[in-house]
Amino acid sequence: MSGLPHLAFAGPSIDWWALLPQMILLGAALLILLLSALAPQRTSSGLATVITLFAAVTAYIVALGLWSDVKTEGPSATVASALGVDGFSIFFTILILVALAATALLAHNYLDREDIDPPEFHALLLCSAAGAIVMASANDLIVMFLGLEALSIALYVMIAMHARRPEARESAMKYFVLGAFSSAFLLYGIALTYGSTGSTNLVHVRDYLDAVVFRDQHLLMAAMALLLVGFSFKVAAAPFHFWAPDVYQGAPSPVTGWMASIAKAAGFAALLRVFFAAFASHDADWAPVVAVLAFLTLLVGAVMAILQTDVKRMLAFSSISHAGYVLVAVQSASANGTSAALFYLFTYTFMVLGSFAIIGAMGVDGEHPLDRYAGLGRSRPVLAMAFTILLLAQAGVPLTSGFVGKFQVIAAAVEGRGYLLASVAMLSAVIGAFMYLRIVMAMYVVDDGVEGPSPTVHWTVSIVLIGVVGFTLLIGIVPQFLIEFAEDAVPVLIRG
Amino acid sequence: MIELFASQNASSFPVLNAIIIVPAMGALVVVLLPNSRPEMMRPIGAIFASIAAAMSLYVMTQFSSHDAAFQFESIQSWIPALGINWHVGVDGISLWLVVLTGLITPIVLLGVDPHHDPKPYTAWLLLLQAGSFGAFLALDLFLFFVMFEIVLVPMYMLIGGWGYDDRRYAATKFFLYTMAGSALMLVAIVSVATLSAGDQGITFSVIELAERQALSTNTARLCFLAFALAFIIKVPIFPMHTWLPDAHTQAPTAGSVVLAAVMLKLGTYGLLRFGLYLFPEASVWSAPTLATLGVIGVIYGAIVAAMQKDLKRLVAYSSVAHMGFIVLGIFAFTTQSLEGGVLQMVNHGLSTGALFLLVGMLYERRKTRAIEELSGIQSAAPIFAGFFTIVMLSSIGVPGLNGFVGEFLILIGSYETRRWWTIIAAAGVILAALYLLWAYQRVFHGEPTPTDEATRDLTLREGLILAPFVAGILFLGIYPKPLLDRIEPAVDVLIAHIEDHSDYERPSPAAPVVVDLDQLGEDGH
Repeated sequence: MSGLPHLAFAGPSIDWWALLPQMILLGAALLILLLSALAPQRTSSGLATVITLFAAVTAYIVALGLWSDVKTEGPSATVASALGVDGFSIFFTILILVALAATALLAHNYLDREDIDPPEFHALLLCSAAGAIVMASANDLIVMFLGLEALSIALYVMIAMHARRPEARESAMKYFVLGAFSSAFLLYGIALTYGSTGSTNLVHVRDYLDAVVFRDQHLLMAAMALLLVGFSFKVAAAPFHFWAPDVYQGAPSPVTGWMASIAKAAGFAALLRVFFAAFASHDADWAPVVAVLAFLTLLVGAVMAILQTDVKRMLAFSSISHAGYVLVAVQSASANGTSAALFYLFTYTFMVLGSFAIIGAMGVDGEHPLDRYAGLGRSRPVLAMAFTILLLAQAGVPLTSGFVGKFQVIAAAVEGRGYLLASVAMLSAVIGAFMYLRIVMAMYVVDDGVEGPSPTVHWTVSIVLIGVVGFTLLIGIVPQFLIEFAEDAVPVLIRG
Repeated sequence: MIELFASQNASSFPVLNAIIIVPAMGALVVVLLPNSRPEMMRPIGAIFASIAAAMSLYVMTQFSSHDAAFQFESIQSWIPALGINWHVGVDGISLWLVVLTGLITPIVLLGVDPHHDPKPYTAWLLLLQAGSFGAFLALDLFLFFVMFEIVLVPMYMLIGGWGYDDRRYAATKFFLYTMAGSALMLVAIVSVATLSAGDQGITFSVIELAERQALSTNTARLCFLAFALAFIIKVPIFPMHTWLPDAHTQAPTAGSVVLAAVMLKLGTYGLLRFGLYLFPEASVWSAPTLATLGVIGVIYGAIVAAMQKDLKRLVAYSSVAHMGFIVLGIFAFTTQSLEGGVLQMVNHGLSTGALFLLVGMLYERRKTRAIEELSGIQSAAPIFAGFFTIVMLSSIGVPGLNGFVGEFLILIGSYETRRWWTIIAAAGVILAALYLLWAYQRVFHGEPTPTDEATRDLTLREGLILAPFVAGILFLGIYPKPLLDRIEPAVDVLIAHIEDHSDYERPSPAAPVVVDLDQLGEDGH
């Protein structure tokens, strides 16, 4: 009382419990760096994986606790409404943590094989996961940007970690330059949003846009356009996708899987929170633009994919096409569309992690020609069947999660009277299927006497594959619980 | 009494679910068998396929004839969030296709040797059976689509894994063609369900949607076209047939048999169950076009078949012609034409299935299917030739065999509403006789070369495989009544449904000629 009044600065109240998942991940990253400096290199390799897994599991348990809080007490926000704690943020937290655990397992053997320093990799992986979680839960554009940068900067380094391979360095450079470029767009968009609404806080932006009718909304339109361009870069939507194939191909396979799943999911999380939740009242302005992006992304991804001969590059283009499906759901600007997008992202994460896990196991020297897969069905029938299931799931064949995802996307588009876009989406699925079938054909249809390859699949990779294939089939047959989860995860902007 | 029975069925063992699940379980069991016993795979798979076949026969015997409603219905909630149920049921239209699917699979599984990798071969065939059952039994659009699409995978794998030289191309073409067709159907399925939702909530139930008829005329027509495209490709109707000759020719014998006997029926069955039933007005609107395409298929298929040098390709093109007949029958909207259409689906399954088996057996002996390399087989293999003759005559539609009954019903029924189409299609019967007899003449008659003379005759095992087909051909040719009794009520209700929801009226039967004997007597005087 008699102390120093000028020091009584009241910071925003912080719900530490809600921040715990991110803090666990960052703490684990620091712990790994510390131990790697102290422990001998051999021990630290396994230790890093174990710590990452442990952090993922602990954070996962915390996230489940937060989920039950949200269920009982409703969504909330903390740190002066800068971070939201709602179904949406927890949905992505859980998704990111599952992918984190899978990537840590996949990287374990890969790093040994390619002789990359494990502790640094795992520390960066944890940082990027924390960044992605911040991005998905941010209620404030500045905080969202912080999350994005944490995610991206860690990724730049992870891509380049394969230091002996020039392609890795090239693709890291490409990602860095274009990533910085897109960040600039995003920042400019944030600035203009601030200019037109007076805040970077999404709750405020939403309330302001609900209440105020603009006489001249050029500034807001420019803000939305720039934000959309920025996010489109991040999720690799056409025509902002040019970096993706090269970067995906050049990056180490576990990192490619991580980028194609989580960097994309976090980008969509931010896109949905900003556009669906905050700019909801102006959906007539942005939804048609997203529809055009979806249209281009679907077709570019599918058509370019069938022209490739390198399996990793094929899947890079197919991953662009999958972003198109999510955009189809986003452009419907409805709660159903958003939950369809969430469902799609969740299931796609599993498929793409599994696919790049197999590619990582197959491509020992960084080359992935289709020929290498010839006869895999004969030499390693179980591995080939796992790959086939994952590929067919991406093609949207029924009884896999990919079909249920596509079905919901189509349903969301049709509900919004987007029949044309729904038809284009389905036709691009057929074009894409040609590419997936080419890989399947290569594995199964070989001339007599051709011996298939027998890659060594480390047990950590097998665990991930069993998990993702099992999940893909399970959701294909009984999708109800995940649909409900995605329905509960529609973003809510709430003042803390 | 009948109602009591039906309710008993509904509450008791869900036999239709079991029919779908047992072969799928069988596939799983086969996959888990140890690789060291390759000879065990097909017998164990055949046990599961036979259990399913026995259950389909049980359904057949317990099916109450003269009842148009869906029987053995079973509904389980599947994805309540999207309004999707696991809803199966059987009526007179699907019953015989289910029986056909049940019987064909164990026969080909035991009868056709894959030569390598028996384990995946058995598993894929069992999955194919499960998926086909599911597609014929589904009364939920989502479930139907799942089954309709999933059968592509086993067939694709069968063609790719056990097919002939050009299997890569044929399998991919098969998969992509069919998938492209069903792509738009999925959009239409969702559109129909969404637009019919209204206050009653979203449903994918075929029965419910057919009753609601909530779509505007133009929307319904567009949706119908999307459905029709999928089925046109599947049937296949000219000009969407080009995948068929490739797929049939490159597929292994078992694949060809199942493709012809079961999978093509998904197209015509789909037109009946989902085209006519869900979109009666649009079906009537499009009938002239589709019937025309069907008739073009009849003539075109026959002419192209006559030109073929490859025996298997010839049979494949004869399929195009036969399926054209069925399409004509469906889009003539009379009881007889639809009855004939449904019956002809079964007939075509028997005769074309058996033809593919025979061609496959011939290939096993001679390693060729080229007509010009074969001649005078009859003298070396008379029993083989005998079987071939019966099956061929059935395919031509000779009276006394099953093909005649179906074609005759179609022609007689279509004549009332589509006179000129019928007249042209009738010419197709003559053409069928032409190309099949000509091929028979070139292959079985003539001077045998020494290699021809060495052609082995049918073994007992092969005869036993063909025997059920020939029995069916003869039985249905002489006494089709049990089938027609069960088909007719369902077909009648379907036409009544079309009449209710469109301005179509079936031609009233010609007024009976009443002969007044007194009047006659007076006039006579």
